[in-house]
Amino acid sequence: MQLIRPDININFVGMRYKAFMLSGAIILFGLLTLFARGGLKMGVDFAGGTLIQVKFNKPTNPDEIRNALQGIVAHAVVQQIGSKNDNEYLVRTDAIHEELGSLSNQVAEKLSSSYGPGQQVLRVEMVGPKVGHDLRQKALYAIFYALLLIAIYISGRFEFKWTSSLIMGGVLIVGIYLLEAIGLSAVYLIGGALFVTLVLCWFLKLPYALGALLSLVHDILITIGIFALVNKEFSLEVFAALLTLSGYSLNDTIIVYDRIRENRNKDKKVKFSDMINGAINQTLSRTVLTSMTVFFVILCLFLFGGTVIHDFSFAMLIGVVTGSYSSVFVASPILIAYEDLKKKKLPKPAARRAVVQAGDAQPVRNPKKSKKKQPAGQGDAGKSVRG
Amino acid sequence: MKSIGIRALLVSVLLVIGIFCLIPTFSSSPLPGLSNILPEKIHLGLDLQGGIHLVLEVEADKAVENAAETYVEQIKDALRAKKIGFTKVVRTGAWDIEVILPSGEQLNEFNDSIKSDFSWLKPATTETTPEGTRLLLTMDLKKTNDLRTMAVGQALETIRNRIDQFGVREPDIRPEAGDRILVELPGIKDPQEAINLIGKTAVLEFKLVAQNVTDQEIHDNKLPPGAKLYPMRPSDRNSSETKVPLEEKTVLTGQYITDARVGIGGRSFGEAHISLNFDPQGAKLFDHLTSENVGRKLAIVLDGVVYSDPVIKERIPNGTAVIEGSYTDEEAKVLAIALRTGRLPAPVKILEQRTVGPALGADSIKNGIMASAIGGLGIILFMVVYYRFSGAIADMALAMNILFILAAMALVGATLTLPGIAGIALTIGIAVDANVLIYERIREELRLGKTPRAAVDTGYQRATITIMDANVTSLIAALVLYQFGTGPVKGFAVTLSVGLAANMFTAIFVTRIIFDYLLTERRLKELSI
Repeated sequence: MQLIRPDININFVGMRYKAFMLSGAIILFGLLTLFARGGLKMGVDFAGGTLIQVKFNKPTNPDEIRNALQGIVAHAVVQQIGSKNDNEYLVRTDAIHEELGSLSNQVAEKLSSSYGPGQQVLRVEMVGPKVGHDLRQKALYAIFYALLLIAIYISGRFEFKWTSSLIMGGVLIVGIYLLEAIGLSAVYLIGGALFVTLVLCWFLKLPYALGALLSLVHDILITIGIFALVNKEFSLEVFAALLTLSGYSLNDTIIVYDRIRENRNKDKKVKFSDMINGAINQTLSRTVLTSMTVFFVILCLFLFGGTVIHDFSFAMLIGVVTGSYSSVFVASPILIAYEDLKKKKLPKPAARRAVVQAGDAQPVRNPKKSKKKQPAGQGDAGKSVRG
Repeated sequence: MKSIGIRALLVSVLLVIGIFCLIPTFSSSPLPGLSNILPEKIHLGLDLQGGIHLVLEVEADKAVENAAETYVEQIKDALRAKKIGFTKVVRTGAWDIEVILPSGEQLNEFNDSIKSDFSWLKPATTETTPEGTRLLLTMDLKKTNDLRTMAVGQALETIRNRIDQFGVREPDIRPEAGDRILVELPGIKDPQEAINLIGKTAVLEFKLVAQNVTDQEIHDNKLPPGAKLYPMRPSDRNSSETKVPLEEKTVLTGQYITDARVGIGGRSFGEAHISLNFDPQGAKLFDHLTSENVGRKLAIVLDGVVYSDPVIKERIPNGTAVIEGSYTDEEAKVLAIALRTGRLPAPVKILEQRTVGPALGADSIKNGIMASAIGGLGIILFMVVYYRFSGAIADMALAMNILFILAAMALVGATLTLPGIAGIALTIGIAVDANVLIYERIREELRLGKTPRAAVDTGYQRATITIMDANVTSLIAALVLYQFGTGPVKGFAVTLSVGLAANMFTAIFVTRIIFDYLLTERRLKELSI
């Protein structure tokens, strides 16, 4: 059985400008919503506060619940979760109970008196400001280290420029210490780290790393934007989902890059963008299949996994889709754009030879690269781009 | 290339080990004799079995303040013993002690006395004022640090003892950096009771009720010197709190209590009371106290609230006392445990609390497993339909993969959380990816006209590099999550990492064995792929 014809040749590269616009629109929309709402709705893990999940034994609605709790909690946000018949609600408030008295017990009592006995408190999460701050710090450091490791790994693995990548790592670490010393808040730190990384990729001539990182940023921005749009809470689990889908998105990007690298060595006469298109089409079968299977599994989690990991699976669903999308429409076009920009910068014969040599990122210099990448068993057939 | 036989043997051995590791998890009847070598069954996280997770902070500062207060009393006693006159000895600021001597005469005696008996107190300033010679004593840093560490250690012990008596199956109580204590109590039916118990400071004091104070004086707060108003717990639930004037000096404290028991009956039938037993020293003090003060009321003050103030009818020589009052059985039980295990050296504050009721925990397990099962089943079917027999081979590898993940977790003692189950589900999805990569490559090679054997060779070769590359990035994400994540998120990182590692083994090594077997031994001419 075949889902994708082996000789498929969709012009993905040609569509890239439309794709840029689509991505741009979604991201812009998401960011606007983000600003309009004043930032992401932070869960108790990061913002501090109390979250109580209650199961009622008769139908009710958020307003009634809020009224019932009026005395104890001034400012509660109540939300229904699960299916209609579950009668489960999430009560969220900024109040915390530091003394070992109990907000949750008071809430349980109040609800019993308003609704009668039998209302169950299923779960309580209370995070004080100190721990909230700790978790925020941890999350930001996690992002930073993930970025660092990923940038180093890709540069080294794909461009065999381990030295460059280690330099980049070193500069990043130093840069971050400096920024931290200035006392910038952690969000700016991450933004700064990202910016520094991308600039370094440019200057150290690491287009693959550049493409991979940009597609990563693209995925994260879209996911965050959609979360802002549907006003879901950003909790520690969602953050974990974000990090995981970064890994997955890279996974996908690497598959395509791998094929590009392989093709680059085989046929030097082919135009760069055609070769990239070919690589994408060749890996299309695998990309579609894997995305489908992972999407299916996560969909099962989303539908049947219960309320607690609902938001987590939602984030991962978005991530799987954008992960594949970005490998095709963000990472690869960036390679092409980089090539074009390089060509414009070097209007010399050397550059023209570079074009003919089917898009070696390094015009004349490294012949040994091609030798390294000649895999065994690929001998024959000047295989042209599948078409 | 290693022979098929050796490779198959290796895999079989691993399989058997894996199955054995999982026996405790899936069967409740333990096999005699084996239970020592086999690992325990898989630990379930709090989000799956229900329970409480608490991060407490000991207010160590208060402990140092309390210590300073004790030193004030001790200094006064020492000065009286050495016949050094003093006008004032009092705690000021956080934990400094201010001393005013009537004149500079005995200054040197005073300094010597402090140096010998209270070496950790240093006179920071000495000045002559109209009131006399005023000294400010400060505690040295080492002492305050010691006091803090001791406070945290004591709090840890007290909490441990209380939870022990409360009866929790596998409590986990650990100190953490920054005066913090981590408490995890799995499978608790009534979390609120446990929380109440942990936090009770349980400072028990006996004080005499001030005599001859009229209600009007209480109302106007004009009390005789040495007396102070204390709130009193209402005798039944409906009346409001009242205030009682007590003499400040504590005549007996809870440190002499050896036992505290809950009993039924007492003033009102059916209400619980707590009977206390004192140790010999306490009994003697109590004897003295009661014989000197017959007819006066003795207030029993717990955590600054008067619980009852019975009249001392007669001398009590045998060192027992009863605290009566209207509380429920649970309240009395909690109180009794708190009194038995002694007071907390300093108040304890909750920084983080996560409670999951057992109902939700069981639900989560059910849902998580069901979702994963449906997902897994769907994929298994799909693989067989799409890749035919090779798909079946991949499915076998998938099943083995899951087995290895669970076995590894049992072996290492890792904890399975709800996100961990999601991680296993995710691994199922990604596991298939590896096989897809290999099979697509094989299909490509076959289309080019290669023989099955050559196609399989090339397919595995090219694909392996790509699989490794791709899995490394997911592993990086999992590693970072493990390092910086907490509880449930850590569980997710663990299952994801183990899953990816196991996946590389099963998808590449194990399936290859089967292909090789079919192609060489069975001399298969065509691949069903």
